[in-house]
Amino acid sequence: MPEPTLKIHGLNAHYGDFQALYGVDMQVSQGEVLAIIGANGAGKTTLMRSITGLLSNGRGQVEYRGEDISGLRADQVATRGLAMVPEGRQLFPSLSVRENLMIGAQVGRKGPWNLKAVYDLFPILEQRKDQASTSLSGGQQQMVAIGRALMANPDLILFDEISLGLAPIIIKDIYDALPGIIGEGMSAIIVEQDISKALSVSSRVYCLQEGRVSLEGDANTVSRDDISRAYFGIE
Amino acid sequence: MDWLNAIVQGTLLGGLYALFAAGLSLIFGVMRLVNIAHGDLIVLGAYLGLTVTTATGLHPLLALFLIVPAMGLIGYALQRGMLNQTLGSDLLPPLLVTFGLSVILQNGLLELYTADPQKLDAGSLETASVTVGGLSLGVLPVLTFFVALAVIGGLQWMFYKTPLGRAFRAVSDNQDIAQLMGLNRRHIFGLAMALALGVTAIAGILLGIRTSFDPSIGGGRLIFGFEAVIIGGLGNLWGTLVGGIILGIAQTIGAKIDPGWQLLAGHIAFLVILAVRPNGLFPRTTE
Ligand SMILES: Nc1ncnc2c1ncn2[C@@H]1O[C@H](COP(=O)(O)OP(=O)(O)OP(=O)(O)O)[C@@H](O)[C@H]1O
Ligand SMILES: [Mg+2]
Repeated sequence: MPEPTLKIHGLNAHYGDFQALYGVDMQVSQGEVLAIIGANGAGKTTLMRSITGLLSNGRGQVEYRGEDISGLRADQVATRGLAMVPEGRQLFPSLSVRENLMIGAQVGRKGPWNLKAVYDLFPILEQRKDQASTSLSGGQQQMVAIGRALMANPDLILFDEISLGLAPIIIKDIYDALPGIIGEGMSAIIVEQDISKALSVSSRVYCLQEGRVSLEGDANTVSRDDISRAYFGIE
Repeated sequence: MDWLNAIVQGTLLGGLYALFAAGLSLIFGVMRLVNIAHGDLIVLGAYLGLTVTTATGLHPLLALFLIVPAMGLIGYALQRGMLNQTLGSDLLPPLLVTFGLSVILQNGLLELYTADPQKLDAGSLETASVTVGGLSLGVLPVLTFFVALAVIGGLQWMFYKTPLGRAFRAVSDNQDIAQLMGLNRRHIFGLAMALALGVTAIAGILLGIRTSFDPSIGGGRLIFGFEAVIIGGLGNLWGTLVGGIILGIAQTIGAKIDPGWQLLAGHIAFLVILAVRPNGLFPRTTE
């Protein structure tokens, strides 16, 4: 087994007095696609925010390519090749579609992704490139959010509920596009409410329950019963 | 003809007010910071001009090539060293801190330069005039107006056409997500303040050539700048220029009716516009 790209060890996260994550352990190998599932409020988004440096972590809790990134700011983490498609898209309203994509490239990393590659993936975005990002439909905005993250040419990309609020057909389009997106050695963490969707594109799955890892397993062999037990905490 | 003259002179004066206001507008637009010390920073620019011109004998306009970068550096250091620490969800800390800064600046200048009124010596530029269509226009006010046009046009271009401007807008929209894009907001804020104080330096020098100044006049300049920003609509740079012009015209027309009414007329125009259009004439549309 290759040395993991991302190693999370005993990760805790707090919002004021409230503790949202309790000693989470997790690993992602190079080229691996990981699914994270869990009920509302389980701590999935919190985990994403901790990994990307939006929440500060204790020393040694997040290690990326052999480097302790727990204490780094989000922009420093981004420069090292971690990108996120945040929950709820969160495009920049003052920026046009094209500018939203361009700002993803701000970290200045080299790789296969540029404006043209994103437009090839999502042709509609080229037609809408000068429009305000807020004037797009939800699905189109999600495409911009994905494109924006890809423009950074990340080694590890985090997707936080990319299907949230989208029509099934759009979700299908986006998931069909995923294999073309995650390739060439890129690793991915996919947070998703739709369990079968998440399992279909991933090789391993973690389930979070009230801030703790309640299940870790192979996406192909994990049983439905194990999942519902881990998901709802029913013994 | 007299009235026309008042309007034209007021428009030109508005250029200076727009320069007072541009830095204020930029800072508010990027980081929602209301800088109470802005007027005193304008005065600081004028005093730096005084020191440089008396030490080197340079013309004040040439001294700008030293003072603009110097004020830019001061701005960056001020932002990173002090103002960044005050920024958060609460609007009060930055207000209090910049108020304190204003007091410190005034007293510091008083210690260094005394309360004696000073002026920058720009030689014949101060009195030169041209006649256009029967109106006699001072070269300095005309120059000031075109500088204001160029500064605001330049800022507008920077804001909407350059990567730096894109970064400013992104950080202003959503600080967390901008940070995810590799933008360190503390640095971006530092750059915004540097740029704002660079513009402030230009305003300070032009002010110092036009009128005499002493350490206490910052507050008045802050009010003019503030009124111009509000009249034009927050976060709209061309609106800020229009706001400055409206303020300038109101003042010259007021002064024409009765010399004692100059400032009052400006404030009345401000209040009237605020009452009719609480968001200013051209509020930023994307919100
Ligand atoms: N900004 C915040 N301040 C305080 N508590 C928060 C904050 N954000 C999240 N929490 C709490 O942390 C816990 C985990 O939230 P998180 O957003 O990580 O859940 P999630 O698994 O992403 O849920 P969902 O599926 O609804 O997106 C929840 O109990 C939530 O109430
Ligand atoms: Mg979430």
